[in-house]
Amino acid sequence: MSTFDFPPSILSRPVYGRLEPRAGKSHMMIADAEGAEAILRLAAEDATLMAKSNILYIPGDTGDKYTSQLKALKPKQLYVGPSYEAAVPRLRRTLLDAHMGLQVYLAGTEGLMGQAMLEATTAGIPHSAIQTEHHGSVARRVQCVHCKGITEDVMLDPFQCSHCGLNLFVRDHYSRRLAAFQGVCIDAEDPGNVPASVELYS
Amino acid sequence: MSAGTRKIAVTVSDVVKVNELVTRFRFVPTDGAPLPTFSGGAHVVVEMQDGDVTRLNPYSLMSDPMDQSAYTISVRRDDEGRGGSLFMHTKVKPGDQMMISYPVNLFALDLRAKKHLMIAGGIGITPFLAQIKQLAAMNGNFELHYSCRSPALGSYADELTTAHPGRVHVYFDDQKQAIDLETLLDGQPLGTHIYVCGPKGMINWVRDKASALGWPREAVHYEEFLAPQSGKPFEVKLAVSNKVITVGEHQSLLEAMEAAGVDAPYLCRGGACGQCETDVIGYDGKFIHHDHWLEDEDKASGKKIMPCVSRFEGKTLVLDR
Repeated sequence: MSTFDFPPSILSRPVYGRLEPRAGKSHMMIADAEGAEAILRLAAEDATLMAKSNILYIPGDTGDKYTSQLKALKPKQLYVGPSYEAAVPRLRRTLLDAHMGLQVYLAGTEGLMGQAMLEATTAGIPHSAIQTEHHGSVARRVQCVHCKGITEDVMLDPFQCSHCGLNLFVRDHYSRRLAAFQGVCIDAEDPGNVPASVELYS
Repeated sequence: MSAGTRKIAVTVSDVVKVNELVTRFRFVPTDGAPLPTFSGGAHVVVEMQDGDVTRLNPYSLMSDPMDQSAYTISVRRDDEGRGGSLFMHTKVKPGDQMMISYPVNLFALDLRAKKHLMIAGGIGITPFLAQIKQLAAMNGNFELHYSCRSPALGSYADELTTAHPGRVHVYFDDQKQAIDLETLLDGQPLGTHIYVCGPKGMINWVRDKASALGWPREAVHYEEFLAPQSGKPFEVKLAVSNKVITVGEHQSLLEAMEAAGVDAPYLCRGGACGQCETDVIGYDGKFIHHDHWLEDEDKASGKKIMPCVSRFEGKTLVLDR
């Protein structure tokens, strides 16, 4: 199973649910890697859904594992791309042309869901109306609060900022505006005194 | 006691008949000090001294929210009602002194919206008049769909279409014109918020259609003031004040408490805001809930009542007030 139960944390930390089919004439699904499992389940729950769905999928390290299954769902539109960044212009264009009533479903890693959520809310959908379901890696997208650089796929805590090199403690404090967790220098008072890194949620 | 709101002494400066049913009132501050600015959608509670009876009715402000020299309201005459609107129409004259509450907004614009889609029915136009002035001043994107009975009864329809051609769409019932709601809602760009004010049937129609089309609940705003319904008189024991009061046929429970000198909280007096929610200590009989604040399970539980609009029929009712 590719799901993970995040332990309860501070209010700022996003929580994820379970996607369910909703009313609407138009549906947009954005997923990466094992997030495809949530879409396959949605399609099984509501046979009418796929004919009005636009799927944007980034397989990542799952390769071809899910793509043929997604194709077999015969969605109205399916895009399979190499990275989230590569898919952003397509996503923005879709949201620009979309009308109210569009349902957005996000599934997969936190980084993918957070960034796609930011696009959808910027386009005008209230964040509380967007469904999410976590699958796959628990890696985080983290902003260094000092240099503002963002490091993707952070698995270790503390870790070294990929931009300025500071040793960062990974907080649960999350920014919807940046779609990133906050990383704070862990050895500012006593430079060099850095605890050993541990894998997130290990 | 209205929660957190002080009162303002005002003088009626103009009384203008808008059409057969609607009259407009303009209030200027009696002491000459500037009135507070407000936000579009706000209402004030107007105190009416009708002989021995004090009536308190909420009316949406329709003037420019930034205009601190005067507030304007429009009142639709309700011949079947409990008398507040008739009092305004027949008794209130220029020069009269009245008390109004500070403005309270339960129907504010969500300024995160990229577009404001307003749907009005009849006298439900009034909050939109202020909202449109607010939006026009900041070059906001809005569209008004206004349904009224006939050109003669279409309050402010001409002014609105003249001032905002292309943004204001008026539908007259007597010409068999009706809002094509599904097409209207289907075509709205992402980031649109709906605001609906009018009769209950219209509000439900818009909310149900929006929900069926997948609109987020957060993007659908509505306001409906309920007038307290008349009903059979009933007796209430107020446990905290240690008083037994009788609620008259044309009196609301809240008004009866106030008449007995009990300082009960309120804000909208129309079953919308939740401020007057009161705990029930004991009862033998049945509640007649009229508000749209309590959830259905609260209404069924027999533990809560909104005294501004709801009533009771039965032997005993004891409230925690």
